[in-house]
Amino acid sequence: MAEVLVYVDHVDGAVRKPTLELLTLARRIGEPVAVALGAGADATAAVLAEHGAVKVLTADAPEFTEYLVVPKVDALQAAYEAVSPAAVLVPSSAEGKEIAARLAVRIGSGIITDAVDLEAGDEGPVATQSAFAASFTTKSRVSKGTPVITVKPNSAAVEAAPAAGAVEALAVTFGTLATGTKVTGRTPRESTGRPELTEAAIVVSGGRGVNGAENFGIIEELADSLGAAVGASRAAVDAGWYPHTNQVGQTGKSVSPQLYIASGISGAIQHRAGMQTSKTIVAINKDAEAPIFDLVDYGVVGDLFTVVPQLTAEIKARQS
Amino acid sequence: MSLRIVVCVKYVPDATGDRQFTEDLTVNRDDVDGLLSELDEYAVEQALQISENSDDDVEITVLTVGPEDAKDALRKALSMGADKAVHVEDDDLHGTDVMGTSLVLAKAIEKAGYDLVVTGMASTDGTMGVLPAILAERLGVPQVTLLSEVKVEGGTVTGRRDGDTASEQLEASLPALVSVTDQSGEARYPSFKGIMAAKKKPVESWDLEDLEIEADEVGLEGSWTAVDSAAQRPARTAGTIVKDEGEGGKQLAEFLAGQKFI
Ligand SMILES: Cc1cc2nc3c(=O)[nH]c(=O)nc-3n(C[C@H](O)[C@H](O)[C@H](O)COP(=O)(O)OP(=O)(O)OC[C@H]3O[C@@H](n4cnc5c(N)ncnc54)[C@H](O)[C@@H]3O)c2cc1C
Ligand SMILES: Cc1cc2nc3c(=O)[nH]c(=O)nc-3n(C[C@H](O)[C@H](O)[C@H](O)COP(=O)(O)OP(=O)(O)OC[C@H]3O[C@@H](n4cnc5c(N)ncnc54)[C@H](O)[C@@H]3O)c2cc1C
Repeated sequence: MAEVLVYVDHVDGAVRKPTLELLTLARRIGEPVAVALGAGADATAAVLAEHGAVKVLTADAPEFTEYLVVPKVDALQAAYEAVSPAAVLVPSSAEGKEIAARLAVRIGSGIITDAVDLEAGDEGPVATQSAFAASFTTKSRVSKGTPVITVKPNSAAVEAAPAAGAVEALAVTFGTLATGTKVTGRTPRESTGRPELTEAAIVVSGGRGVNGAENFGIIEELADSLGAAVGASRAAVDAGWYPHTNQVGQTGKSVSPQLYIASGISGAIQHRAGMQTSKTIVAINKDAEAPIFDLVDYGVVGDLFTVVPQLTAEIKARQS
Repeated sequence: MSLRIVVCVKYVPDATGDRQFTEDLTVNRDDVDGLLSELDEYAVEQALQISENSDDDVEITVLTVGPEDAKDALRKALSMGADKAVHVEDDDLHGTDVMGTSLVLAKAIEKAGYDLVVTGMASTDGTMGVLPAILAERLGVPQVTLLSEVKVEGGTVTGRRDGDTASEQLEASLPALVSVTDQSGEARYPSFKGIMAAKKKPVESWDLEDLEIEADEVGLEGSWTAVDSAAQRPARTAGTIVKDEGEGGKQLAEFLAGQKFI
């Protein structure tokens, strides 16, 4: 069976969920060979094997942290040349997309970004994409070269499928472009203890209606009662009420959870672009005419300052 | 010293309009108003700021690849303050994908001459967000992408990239390619004076021949990707909407419990 390269997104050996989803999708088109780079790469092998990786190619070098993107492209290219895969799959993070894109140019292939589903087809893998703020669904293929496809988080259910997962060291030679962009400083993001926004099963978001950083506490409390991630509209982020890393939408994160709860968010097209593929959508807004209500499965027309705390209290009561 | 900046700007269908695909599964550009991609306004703004903060002689060229109407995007950028424009237009470009577009942009940037290329973080139509990285690869220059802060000084570009797990400080030597996010600072509105001045600024038109690109390297036929179908998502079935009369939170909890979220 054809091999499929899967680029591993991990933090010091802890594999992030979108990679496990990719392994599930990769098995539909071939045998997954995982590529894990950087510190802790070896430590990823066990979980990758458990989810279907027949092989895990690993490499670590200071270049991966000291320079931007290109060293990882050099490594992925080395893996590509070692394996001659039928396709290359990469998680659709900002960095993942850039790595995939540069690899595609180098190997003379087309690229599809932000796939939300993937299946085998007669002429190679067929990717489903969601276009124009999720108002269209398209099916596309790479028609030249080895398909390079980036896949959005929450595009497949994670399935266990134990495989050998033998670790092999990958030999990487860095090219002259690898050291072009130096990373001169790095401030890690503080963990909130909440689930990662793009991976969360439930997202609770607040917008301009939350009216102040201090009021985001009620959004967080609701999120915590559901084990959810917290999101925000750009209006709330621009006002400085919540960090930009939590922004949902076109220029923020794109989320596709089982449940999305929007409070005090009107539902502008750029916000919808980031949440419209959520399975169940709920909104709380005092304006019955707010466009967000066109999307909802359940909407409450009311003041979020009374509805949200009541909801949180009721959830806690039901759980105890 | 002089600094030549090329800003790539895209002409896109208005996101608040009714965007559609045509029969050949390319973007319908005829029935929706087009405009300069809002995210490219940030790129133009940063180029202008780099120019304003520089002791060098700075020349800003805005570049677009697109149909006739795409001139509107160039005009907007010129009225914001860019110095001149290049429009790459050719019937054979219809349906070009990101590999083809980046090929055309790379050749045009090389022909125009540059020390720095500035782009937006993503277009508001294709929304791929990969063109900047591809351009850097094609041009063989450092990519300094997704910056929320950018500075150019003494032949060096520095910036801040706010990533998923960390915020990074980046540094590269010119020539280089920069892409900027919408966190980089509000774009200015063109002044009346700017709009009048823009009318007199030069707009060059180049076609594929000028760039020594063969027709079969671009366009729908030459694409590296193929779209097989595009279907409008069925409208969501109307949801339940209740007015809060004191029990709104509890009713919502009941709905969530029914859906097994609680
Ligand atoms: C290029 C570009 C990119 C963008 N990217 C993004 C993006 O990534 N994400 C994003 O979100 N936006 C984005 N935007 C901005 C977007 O257009 C909207 O401006 C933004 O989403 C509005 O945020 P909002 O819904 O919180 O605020 P508003 O539109 O002001 O809505 C606030 C809502 O809160 C309701 N409300 C007020 N008080 C209460 C209360 N007490 N109880 C209940 N409801 C209340 C109001 O009725 C109103 O509907 C982008 C815009 C552009 C041009
Ligand atoms: C819904 C949709 C999905 C698509 N999916 C794919 C796909 O999966 N694979 C594929 O190969 N193509 C795809 N395309 C085509 C692709 O978007 C275009 O070929 C495009 O010109 C490059 O992509 P982008 O604008 O999305 O680039 P992005 O990477 O999103 O744009 C980044 C920046 O590049 C610059 N730029 C982009 N295009 C131009 C231009 N024409 N002129 C000047 N500057 C420009 C701008 O500065 C912009 O801010 C898709 C198009 C649409 C509408």
